[in-house]
Amino acid sequence: MQEIPLTHILFVSTALFFIGMYGLFTRRNLITMLMSIELMLNSVNINFVAFNKYLFPDNLDGLFFTLFIITIAAAEAAVAIAIIINLYRSHQSIDVEDATEMKY
Amino acid sequence: MSNYFYILWIPLLPLATFVLLGLFGRKYLSGISGLIGTASLLTSTILSFVAAKQYFFVDGKVNGVFQKIVALKYTWLEFSPNVSIDLGMIVDPISVMMLVVVTSVSLMVHIFSLGYMKGEERFATYYAFLSLFTFSMLGLILSSNIFQVYMFWELVGVSSFLLISYYFNKPSAVAASKKAFIVTRFADLGFLIGILILGYYGGTMDIGLLIERFTSASSAQYISITGASFLGASMLTWGLTLIFMGGAGKSAMFPLHIWLPDAMEGPTPVSALIHAATMVVAGVYLVARMFPVFSMDEIALNIVTYVGAASALFAAVIACTQTDIKRVLAYSTMSQIGYMMFALGISKNGGEQGLGYMASMFHLFTHAFFKSLLFLGAGAVIHKIHSNEMKDMGGLRKLMPITHIAFLIACLAIAGIPPFAGFFSKEEILTAAFHENKVIYGIALFTAALTSFYMFRLYFNIFWSKEASVTAKDHNSHNLAADGNNSQDNHDHGEGTWKMKLPLLILATCAIGVGFIPFSQFVTSDGKALATHIDLVFSIAPVVLSVLAILLAASFYKNQNDKSDKVATAFGGFYTAAYKKFYVDEVYLFITKKIIFPLIGQPIAWADKNIIDGFVQLLATTTAKIASLIKGLQSGKVQNYALYFFGGVVALSILFIYIWK
Repeated sequence: MQEIPLTHILFVSTALFFIGMYGLFTRRNLITMLMSIELMLNSVNINFVAFNKYLFPDNLDGLFFTLFIITIAAAEAAVAIAIIINLYRSHQSIDVEDATEMKY
Repeated sequence: MSNYFYILWIPLLPLATFVLLGLFGRKYLSGISGLIGTASLLTSTILSFVAAKQYFFVDGKVNGVFQKIVALKYTWLEFSPNVSIDLGMIVDPISVMMLVVVTSVSLMVHIFSLGYMKGEERFATYYAFLSLFTFSMLGLILSSNIFQVYMFWELVGVSSFLLISYYFNKPSAVAASKKAFIVTRFADLGFLIGILILGYYGGTMDIGLLIERFTSASSAQYISITGASFLGASMLTWGLTLIFMGGAGKSAMFPLHIWLPDAMEGPTPVSALIHAATMVVAGVYLVARMFPVFSMDEIALNIVTYVGAASALFAAVIACTQTDIKRVLAYSTMSQIGYMMFALGISKNGGEQGLGYMASMFHLFTHAFFKSLLFLGAGAVIHKIHSNEMKDMGGLRKLMPITHIAFLIACLAIAGIPPFAGFFSKEEILTAAFHENKVIYGIALFTAALTSFYMFRLYFNIFWSKEASVTAKDHNSHNLAADGNNSQDNHDHGEGTWKMKLPLLILATCAIGVGFIPFSQFVTSDGKALATHIDLVFSIAPVVLSVLAILLAASFYKNQNDKSDKVATAFGGFYTAAYKKFYVDEVYLFITKKIIFPLIGQPIAWADKNIIDGFVQLLATTTAKIASLIKGLQSGKVQNYALYFFGGVVALSILFIYIWK
């Protein structure tokens, strides 16, 4: 069985990263923006796992990092959703364009 | 060498009192603030006497010479291992003598003020300021470093300013305090430059070291300071003259005297303490402290001599014409300080030739007692009459017998009639002047006669002249001390309480007695005892002149007559000029308003407004313009910020990957 080359996996993670970035910049809904950020985080996770497997198969550092990132992403999602709920209570909207009070 | 560390408490106690009364006096201690101040000063006074006894009679003298003892030395500001500003306390004959003078006069004033200032609204503040002044003056006396002298010098100036403007709702008092502060500050500018000159060439600020370095003609410092010259005079002359300028400002020497008569706007006990007995002799003390250095420079000493003699004569002439009793006393103070100054100026350092130095210090010592007595007596009179003008007084000898006797003793003392204190010190000054400089001797003799004349003019006008007519004027004027003790007045001959009489009696005793102290055994320029004797033949001239002047004053003023007016008319323009204080104030006003303000002040104001302020304004407007151009970046939109962030990451990545290799 032929092994999948590293470049393919990196291609997937790069695509995932830029899809997330595109979503972050174009979507106005905060929940969607949060999802985009999760996409970007996951693209990084893929990178870690891939590099770990292909370059240092004897070590597990990359896997541990991935586990950490997943944990922190969960915490971050909880915080972000709390912020979004508070924003909704004060602005009756979760559109990011409606919350621009903090300007000059 | 024994321990003098305890004299640290002498200045620290008044400082503690100042802090206590200044912080809590008005709210919590207003009733007993006077007693607190007096009690703490009493302790200081006792400590001063203990120190004087220990120094003069127990262990100050080693092999017949009084030693300079540094009781405390603390390195305060160290600029380099060689240059530092130290705080220290010096114990030598003049500082111990001044400790005794300042604490005892201050104590008398504290006690007198208990009666005089009773019922004042800011009673506690008054005592706080008095304590501040006493602290600063004691610190000035004990300073071992010339920069330390300067600091206390300014503190003394500030407390004088605060006390002159004590009645701050009187515009004249406010103006007088500002005048006193500005004139003495101007003089202190010279003092500071003088300190810097001596410090630069001497390489130290320590007075003992400065004296040591500048008095040996072979030391490197002496050669460098006399070698450098500016406008034809050596730097030593410049430094000493500028230091003397500071001293002349504080001591009200001509032409920097204009603040002293106006300073009489303050409460009278304050005038007694600050503007008669202690602060105004700070200039004399400064010259005496630096005297070994002064004695190395002929020109500076001559300046001291002639400024002193001119002030003595000038002030005595003006004093003969003034009608405000406190102003007469102010000019008299100026005249007597002139005596002390020229006595220092004609002196040499050490031995028989140092007679002038000893005489000057002796006169400072006796003058403090009889002049503060005169002021306190005048204060008692003003307390009774509520006026400073001679024409409101007269015939008070029956109403105020104790004040009358005390005042008479003080007048006799200042006139130099034996056996009162002033006789002995004035004789020493005249003897020194006779041996050194006949012109000065002539001026001094003439001034002595004038002194007797104006003092007895004052005395007869207050206590004799017309019959008592105080009832109309009494109790209706409140601009002076509040008359809180009227109830006692009625069964007390209207002289005030014992709090006011006790200091008068003590000081009167001093004015009689202190002349008999063998002063030359204790305070001399080189610390060795100096043999002096009163030459009876020599004393004839000044005493006879004084007695004649007193008789003249008696014939003019003892009963009301027009003789004095006739004489005044005979002098014509000279009398008017003297009455107007020789127009010195007007000259100052002309110079400041017509020359300094338009020619220097206004251009500087223009430069300040347009150039200095303009530069700052330019900075501000430029910043504001740039800010308004780029403030659009702060859009408040989260996605914009994220975009900037990614842009920044991309830019940094390019920088570090491709460019910064």
